Amino acid sequence: MKIKRETIYGYVFILPWLIGFLGLVFYPMIQSFYFSLNDMRITPQGLRFVYTGFNNYLNVWLQDMFFIQELLAFSVDTLIRIPVIVVFALIIAMLLNQDVKFKGLFRTIFFLPVIVASGPVINQLVDQGATAIPMLDQDVIMSLLNAIFPVWFASVLSDLFNQIITILWYSGVQILLFLAALQKIDPNLYEAAKIDGGSSWECFWKITLPTIKPLILINLVYTLVSLANSGQNPIIVLIYQNMFNATRGYGFASAMAWMYAIIVGFMLLMIYLVFREKKSKRFS
Amino acid sequence: MSIKSATRLMVVLKNDQMPFKVKAEIIKKKVERFLFGFNDRKGFLLKFVIYSLLLGIGFVYLYPMLYMFVTSMQSLGDLLDMSINWIPSSFYIDNYRQAYSVLNVRPALLGSMQIAFFPTLLQVAIASIVGYGFARFEFPLKKVWFGLMIFSFVIPPQILMMPKYRLFSDLGLTGSLSAFTIPALLGQGLNSTIFILIFYQFFRQTPKSLYEAAEVDGANQIVSFFKIAVPMAIPAFIVSFLFSFVWYWNETYLTTLYLTSSSTDISTILIQLQQFETSYESLYPATEASPNRINEGIRMAGTVISILPLLITYFFLQRYFVESVDNTGITGE
Repeated sequence: MKIKRETIYGYVFILPWLIGFLGLVFYPMIQSFYFSLNDMRITPQGLRFVYTGFNNYLNVWLQDMFFIQELLAFSVDTLIRIPVIVVFALIIAMLLNQDVKFKGLFRTIFFLPVIVASGPVINQLVDQGATAIPMLDQDVIMSLLNAIFPVWFASVLSDLFNQIITILWYSGVQILLFLAALQKIDPNLYEAAKIDGGSSWECFWKITLPTIKPLILINLVYTLVSLANSGQNPIIVLIYQNMFNATRGYGFASAMAWMYAIIVGFMLLMIYLVFREKKSKRFS
Repeated sequence: MSIKSATRLMVVLKNDQMPFKVKAEIIKKKVERFLFGFNDRKGFLLKFVIYSLLLGIGFVYLYPMLYMFVTSMQSLGDLLDMSINWIPSSFYIDNYRQAYSVLNVRPALLGSMQIAFFPTLLQVAIASIVGYGFARFEFPLKKVWFGLMIFSFVIPPQILMMPKYRLFSDLGLTGSLSAFTIPALLGQGLNSTIFILIFYQFFRQTPKSLYEAAEVDGANQIVSFFKIAVPMAIPAFIVSFLFSFVWYWNETYLTTLYLTSSSTDISTILIQLQQFETSYESLYPATEASPNRINEGIRMAGTVISILPLLITYFFLQRYFVESVDNTGITGE
C-alpha cells in the first residue's frame, strides 16, 4: 500500500507536537487516570494504591455535597460571562483598530490586563482593593435596574454588573487576539464596499465578522478554558483541597478533575458545533 | 468643525441678502455634518462615543496601575498622612532604591529573560509549524490528535502536576532551563494548545489556491510554508510571542517547582517578588534604633519593577501590528 504524500507531510509537520504529547503529556494523563481508579495515599514509604474501580467517580457525585452545587454555579456563570467577554473584546478591538489619536498609548493600556491578570500582581491588587472602582455606587445602580426591568432580568444584570470589573480584567487576551485578526483584513475591501454603497453596518456583518469568525471560536475556547481552570474557580479550589484531604486523597481528587474535564470538554464541543465553519457556506 | 469652516459660516450668516430660510437650512446641514459626519469623516457623536468608551475602560485598567505607581512614590510620611492621596509631597525614589536591592534585580532580570525568551521563541516556532500541519494537510487520525490536543488543554493542570513532575525528574529535566525549553520544543509549553489553535485558524484563512499556484511553480512544502504561510500570519506571530512571553514571565508555580526546589541559581523577578517580605527583612533587619519596616510604598515599587520590562516590550512590539500587513504586499482572499 502506498502512503499518500499528504499524510507524510501532515505527520512531518505535527511530529514535534506528537512526540511531546506522547512523551510528556499522554503518560501523566494515563497515570492520573489510573490514580482516579484507586484509593491513593502518599505515605513516607511512597505511593500506596488500593484499586477501587469507578468508586471514586460515583463518590464525586454521591458524597461530595459541594461538587454538583459548584458545577451548576459554574455553568450558569460561564454561560453569562463568555458571551459578554467575547462581545466586549470584539467591540474594544474594533475601536482600537480605528484611527484614534494616541493609538499606541491606548493599545498599551489595553494590554495591561494581559500582564496583570496572568501574574501574581492581580492578587496583590485585589488585596489592596485597587481593582474596584470606588466611584461607582452599586446600590443606586441596583435599585435603578430593579425599577426598570423585571426582577429576574434585573438580578442577572446586577450580577453582571458586580462582575463587570473582573470581566474587564479577564478580557485582555481576547482583545489582542481580535486586534490581530482585524489586522488581516485588507482595507481596500472596505473601500470597495463603500463605493458600492455599503454602510458601515453592512461592512461589519459582511466583511469584518466573516473574516474574524475563526478567531471568535478561539476566543470562546480560550475564555471557557481560562475560566474553568483559573485558580479562583471554586471547583479548582475544591479539587485542590481534596488532593490534600486526609480521608479522600489524590485518587478522589483525580476522579473529580477528570469528571470536571469531561464536562468542560462537552461544553467546548457544544461551542465548536455552533461556531465551526461550514465548508459549503464559506465565501470565496 | 475647523476654524475655516466656522468663519465661512459666519460670512454666510452676516449676509443680509440671504433669506432666513436658506440660512437655517445651511446651519442645519452644518450641525448635522458636525454631529454625524459625512463621507469618510466621522461625526462628533461617534467620536465622542469612541473616545469615552476607550477612556472609560482604559481608566479601569489604568486606575490600579496609577494607584500602584503613586503609592510607590510616597515616603512613609506621605503614606501615613491622610491628606495626601494622589500627589506625593516630594519626589521620592527611595522605595525604588530599596526594592531594587531587595529584588536582586540584575540576576533576577537575567533569569526572567532566559525563562521567558527562549521557551517563547521555541514555543511560537513549533506552534506555527504544528498549526500549519493541522491546517494545511488531511491525514488519517487528524481529528483524534486534534481532539486530544484540546482535551489535554481542558484537564485541570493542577491534577497533572504531580505525575508530570515525577516524569520530568525521571527524565532529568528538572533543575535547569531545559524543564522549560524541552516541552516548548515539543509543542507542550505553557498553554501551547491555544497557540497551535491560533496558527491553525490563521493558516486556514490563506486560500488554498495560493499554495497550489506555488506548487505548480515548483515550490516544495518548506518554501511554501516560509514564503506564503508565514508572511500572511505575522499578526499571529506577534500576539503569540507576546502572550507566551508574558505567561512565561509571570509563571511562578512551575518555576518554583522545577527550578527553585532543586538547587539552581536561576531565579526570576516574579519569584523574588513572592519572597519580597522575607528578603526585605533579612536585608533591612528591623532594629530598635531604626524602625525599618516594610511598607506599601516599597512593595508597590517592587511590583512596578517586575512589570516594567513587559510594558516596554509591548510598547515597541505593538507598532508592528499595523505595519506587518502593509509590508507583506499579498492580500488574502
